[in-house]
Amino acid sequence: MKLEGKRKIWNEYQKEIADDKYFYVRSCIRQAVFPGSENTYLRIMRDVLKKDVHESAHHTTCTGIGYHTEVVPFETIQTVVARNFALMREAGYENYTPSCVTSFGIYTEVLDTWHHFPEERKRTAEYLKKATQRDFQEPGNMAHTSDIIYKFRHQIAEKSKYKLINKATGLPLKVVDHIGCHYAKMFPAKGIGGAEHPHVLAGLIEAFGGEVIDYPERRHCCGFGFRQYFIKANRGYSIAASKKKFESMEPYQPDLILTNCPGCNFFMDRWQYALAEMEGKTYDTKGNGIPVLAYEELAGLMLGFDPWEMGLQMHQVGIETLMDKIGIPYNLNEKYKGAKGEDLGVPESPRNINFYK
Amino acid sequence: MTKTVAIIGGGVAGLETAKQLNSLGYSVKLFEKSNTLGGHVAKWDRLFPNKRHASEVVSSLTLSQGNTQTLVGTTVSSIKRQHGNFIISANSNNHEADAVVLATGFELFPAEKKEEYGYGLFENVITSADLEQMFIKHGKPAMASGHKPVRIAFIHCVGSRDEKVNRPYCSKVCCVTAVKQAIEVKEAIPNCEVFCFYMDLRMFGPGYEDLYKEAQSKGVTFIRGRLSESSEIEGGRVQIKAEDTLASTPLKMSVDIVVLMVGMSPQLDTSKLAADLGLSLNADGFIAATDLHTNPTETTTKGVFVTGACTGPNNITDTVNAAKATALDVHNYLSR
Repeated sequence: MKLEGKRKIWNEYQKEIADDKYFYVRSCIRQAVFPGSENTYLRIMRDVLKKDVHESAHHTTCTGIGYHTEVVPFETIQTVVARNFALMREAGYENYTPSCVTSFGIYTEVLDTWHHFPEERKRTAEYLKKATQRDFQEPGNMAHTSDIIYKFRHQIAEKSKYKLINKATGLPLKVVDHIGCHYAKMFPAKGIGGAEHPHVLAGLIEAFGGEVIDYPERRHCCGFGFRQYFIKANRGYSIAASKKKFESMEPYQPDLILTNCPGCNFFMDRWQYALAEMEGKTYDTKGNGIPVLAYEELAGLMLGFDPWEMGLQMHQVGIETLMDKIGIPYNLNEKYKGAKGEDLGVPESPRNINFYK
Repeated sequence: MTKTVAIIGGGVAGLETAKQLNSLGYSVKLFEKSNTLGGHVAKWDRLFPNKRHASEVVSSLTLSQGNTQTLVGTTVSSIKRQHGNFIISANSNNHEADAVVLATGFELFPAEKKEEYGYGLFENVITSADLEQMFIKHGKPAMASGHKPVRIAFIHCVGSRDEKVNRPYCSKVCCVTAVKQAIEVKEAIPNCEVFCFYMDLRMFGPGYEDLYKEAQSKGVTFIRGRLSESSEIEGGRVQIKAEDTLASTPLKMSVDIVVLMVGMSPQLDTSKLAADLGLSLNADGFIAATDLHTNPTETTTKGVFVTGACTGPNNITDTVNAAKATALDVHNYLSR
């Protein structure tokens, strides 16, 4: 790999990202599968970086999953997007920051549609007015929340207690990145580093001192691919796609998989457990599986946030192996306690993947 | 008084035009921005369809220049019309001419624009031009590590017939070049497996089809399908993914070297000169002639002619023919 070639591509695909005053919209699945991740993002933005991040309780899903499974028509999704934009302007903000990569792709696609087909925008404005009496304006700036963390990665790294360094060997930990397909594959210019060799997570790994590992199936789908998973009969394709990736990264023995999409984070994590149950195999050498983290979960961990407060116990593949390598202390007695110290109960242990409890 | 013709570009088209105009008695000034004559052909090892050494063609053209004033290392920055003549500004000097021939040729498609193929990133992903350099220097291809390759894949249509990179046209010569290079690899390394991934094989010239048959007889495997992506694997080898559209099946294989058959792109410098002279470009970005069928060398600006691959992808034979035609048209114009 010629790093100078990658750097050239990275330089070609940069984009403007607002400095402050963000309107934040949540992912609809993320809070169900990794409930602490979005809170961790807000904590980093507000408490660590002292940024103004506004949320509206009235914002809705972008309906992207419905759209991609042909349940929600394009006219509807445009109107839903316009409504969320209207809420942002009503709150006095113009920098739109979705937490979900699918949503980021939806917003990008709708904005591009309005740019090329103004009649679609006009019709959407009419629908929105009729349905809600609202008017909307496009965002002044739009960036995915992983873009925001990327923008402030050096500041975050400076404030961090830990690095992606193996405490025992002093060597950088090996990290593979997995970028959500809808982040830049449809609109390469909207992703930091473009679609083929994105820098949005690689930059974060570098900032924390880790080593970015390229592997042959890096660009392959995580396994979520809506029609693979939401159509029950196709779920074999979903786990087969994930398996292909794990097999491809296995020779490089990564210490961590880093993702920027809620679906990828979920499927790269859960299917490791499922594959271990089905085939008795993990893709590391010690039966632990390869830990999977989202960008803000990694940033929170490096900053010294408590892993259980961040909800990292919700990951199927234990992240204890990663914390042990870095030297991050944790208390297993607190792992399955709720926010008020209540006992949440310990999940049943899987048969073929090591479980810390 | 002898009339002067300025020819911009010292590749095959410019050299042949200069040779013809010289023999017709004109004073010819040939401007070439690089330090050597022969253009892209001078960087090629052997030519299709007969594997003749490219240096023979270049030598033949450069040695027959007669009184042509060749100005190598000379970049033309502007061409202006003044009192019926042309003032050519090059390297801070002005030159006067009665007619101008643009023979600025093409540039190779920058393969790194097809980011998914990994040129500039993976050390064993090379272009057809890089492979020619290997043949010139070593007589055979080698991996970046110096190891002998045992499996090579040629990828056709890189920067040709590809709307994603704004190159919707066919570059004409890449198919036969790939076939020629595939044969050369088999001749240099007989045990090497060679695969050509193609969309269509456009074997339009004399001897081309024979070359294709020769490649098949020598064991080159042709797979109809376009590459989707390449990735570097351990040892610097390259994993490629494609679809075999005849077998209707996706395909993944590991190879030692990937050769990207880069197409012809318009010269960026030419578009500036064209703008100076009020010339229009065709839809593909090459210079448009007055009439594609009946007047392919004249332009809408009197006294300005075009020839060779600055009008679109061309092979050497067609370029030489076009150059001869251009010289005749210039002569007719200056004789009026």
